Amino acid sequence: MSDPLLPDPTAPLTPSGNLRRRQAVSRITEGAATAAAVVALAALVLVLWTVVSRGAGVISFDFIFKGYPEGVGPMLLGTIVIALLATAIAMPIGVLVALYVTEYSGAKGARTLKLILDLLNGLPSIILGLFAFVFIVEAQEKQTGFAGSVALAIIELPLIARGSQEVLQLVPINLREASDALGVARWRTVLSVILPSALGGIVTSTILAVARAAGETAPLILATSAFDPKKFSVNPFEALPNIPTWIYKVSEEGNPNGYAEAWGMSLVLVFIILVTSLGARALLARSKRKLSS
Amino acid sequence: MSSSVPSRVRIQDKAPAIPVGVTETTVEIQPVVAPELVFDSREVSIFYGAKQALAGVNLGIRHGQITALIGPSGCGKTTFLRSLNRMNDSVSGFRIEGQILYHGHDVYGSSVDRVEVRRRIGMVFQKPNPFPKSIYDNVAWAPRNLGLRRGLDERVENALRGAALWDEVKDRLKDSALGLSGGQQQRLCIARAIAIEPDVLLLDEPASALDPIATGAIEDLMHSLKGRFTIVIVTHNMQQAARVADRTAFFSLETAGPKPVGTLIEVDETTRIFGEPRDPRTRDYVSGRFG
Repeated sequence: MSDPLLPDPTAPLTPSGNLRRRQAVSRITEGAATAAAVVALAALVLVLWTVVSRGAGVISFDFIFKGYPEGVGPMLLGTIVIALLATAIAMPIGVLVALYVTEYSGAKGARTLKLILDLLNGLPSIILGLFAFVFIVEAQEKQTGFAGSVALAIIELPLIARGSQEVLQLVPINLREASDALGVARWRTVLSVILPSALGGIVTSTILAVARAAGETAPLILATSAFDPKKFSVNPFEALPNIPTWIYKVSEEGNPNGYAEAWGMSLVLVFIILVTSLGARALLARSKRKLSS
Repeated sequence: MSSSVPSRVRIQDKAPAIPVGVTETTVEIQPVVAPELVFDSREVSIFYGAKQALAGVNLGIRHGQITALIGPSGCGKTTFLRSLNRMNDSVSGFRIEGQILYHGHDVYGSSVDRVEVRRRIGMVFQKPNPFPKSIYDNVAWAPRNLGLRRGLDERVENALRGAALWDEVKDRLKDSALGLSGGQQQRLCIARAIAIEPDVLLLDEPASALDPIATGAIEDLMHSLKGRFTIVIVTHNMQQAARVADRTAFFSLETAGPKPVGTLIEVDETTRIFGEPRDPRTRDYVSGRFG
C-alpha cells in the first residue's frame, strides 16, 4: 500500500493516482471524435444547403411535369423508368442470391459469395457502363434505356443481395429447426416462414439500392441519352432522357440558364433519394423490431 | 459531508487514545463495537423507467467479510450489486433514490468520479469475459493503464497466485486467454480484478456458468481472498451462500403497490439465515418451500 498510485479506500471518491491525466486524454479523444462527427454532418448540411439554395428558385409545377425546355418532365420520367427496370432485373436475382447464401451454400460458399458481392459493389460504375456499352449498345447498334438499366441492375444487385442476406440471417435459426422438425421441405420453409419474416428488410435494401442507382451517372452517359433525347417516353428500347446525364450535360455548357436548370434537377434528384432512403430506413427499423421482439 | 460520516469512523478515531500496552483489551473489545461498514445503503430504491426494481433497501456491508445476496429471479439482487459501483448508470431509464455510502461517501454524490468508483470497487461477471489477449496481458492491462508499471511481472504473478491460477498457467502466460477452460477463464477474470488491488470485489453469480469442480475452485478462492478484500456475491445457489458467506441478505419480490417490487427481507449471519431465520418468508425460501 506504499505505492502512491494505490488509493486510500476511505478517501473521497474523487480521482486518485493518474486518473486526472487519463481523463484529460479521454476528453481530448472525445473532443476529436465529436469534431469528426460535426465535420461529417457539416459536409452533408453544406451540400444540401447548396443544392436547396441554388435549386429552389427554378422549382415549379411546370419545371417538374412539363416537357423540355419548359420543364424536365421527360428526364424525370426517364430516370423512373430506367430505375424501375433495373430493380425489376436486380431484385429477383439479388433475393435468390441472398437465399442461396443463407440457406443453401454452406459456410465456405457463403464466405466466397459475400466476398464476390462486396467486390462487385466496389466496382467503379464507369466500368459497368463500358460493359453495357460493349455488350448491349454495340450489339444493338443503338443506345437504349435498357442498356442503362442493365448497368444499374449490376450496381443494385450486390446491395440487394447483401442487405437481404443480412436480414435473412436475423431470422432465428430455431424457426428453421421448428419447420425442419415438422418434416417440411426446406424450400417450403423458405417460402412460408423465412421470406415473410424477412420481407420488410428485403424491401428496404431494395429501396436503398434504387436510391443509390437513381443518381448514378457514368453508366447512363455511355448507355443511353448521349444523343439528347428530350421527349416523354417510357419505351426502354430507345434512348431515354434522364436526370443525372442531363445535369452533367447542362452544367458542361457554360450557359447560366443551364446552371439554374442543373441545380433545379439536382434538388429534385436529392429530394427523391433522401425521401426513399429515409422511408426505407424507417421500414427497416420497423421490421427489425418485429423480428427481435 | 461530515454529518454523513458513520459512527464507526469516530470509533476508529478514538483508537490511538488507547494506551499501547493494552492491545489485549482492545482485541476483546472489538466484537462489541459496531463492525466497520464498507457500504451502508440507506432506503435505496431503484427504478428502470417507470418500473420499480427495488424498494427501501437498508443494508450494511461489513469490511473484510463475504456478504451473499440471495433470492429468487427478478428480486433485484443483481440490480443492487451493480448499483454499488455504478454499473447501472449506462442502463437507460436507471434512477436511484436513497443513499449508498461507501466509507461514508455517497457513491452517487455530485463530486464523485465514476471511474474512480470502479477503480476501488472491482467486479466479476456471470459469464467469464477475458479480453482476446494473452493471459499475461489480461492481468497486466489494467495496472498498466493505471500507471502501476513498477514490478509489473510480480504484480501479475501475485494476482494469478491470488486467484489460484498461477500453477496452471505459469508456463503459458503468452498464450491466448481464450484457450483456457471456463473455470480458468473466470479465475483469470478474478485475477484481473485483484491485480489493481481494489478495496471491494463484486461477484455477480461468478460460478453459475461453471461445472461443479470449477465452482468448487472458485469457492475455495473466495475463502482465500476473504479478509484481503471485502466481497459481495450474488448467487442463485443457496448452498454456495451457506458455504462461502459470513453474512447473507435475502431479497424477495413483495407486492406493496400495484406490482411486485424487489425488497430486502432479512440480513444476518449466514448460519442464522439458514439455521433460524426470523422472517417466515426467509424460512420458506431457504428450506425450498418458496411460494
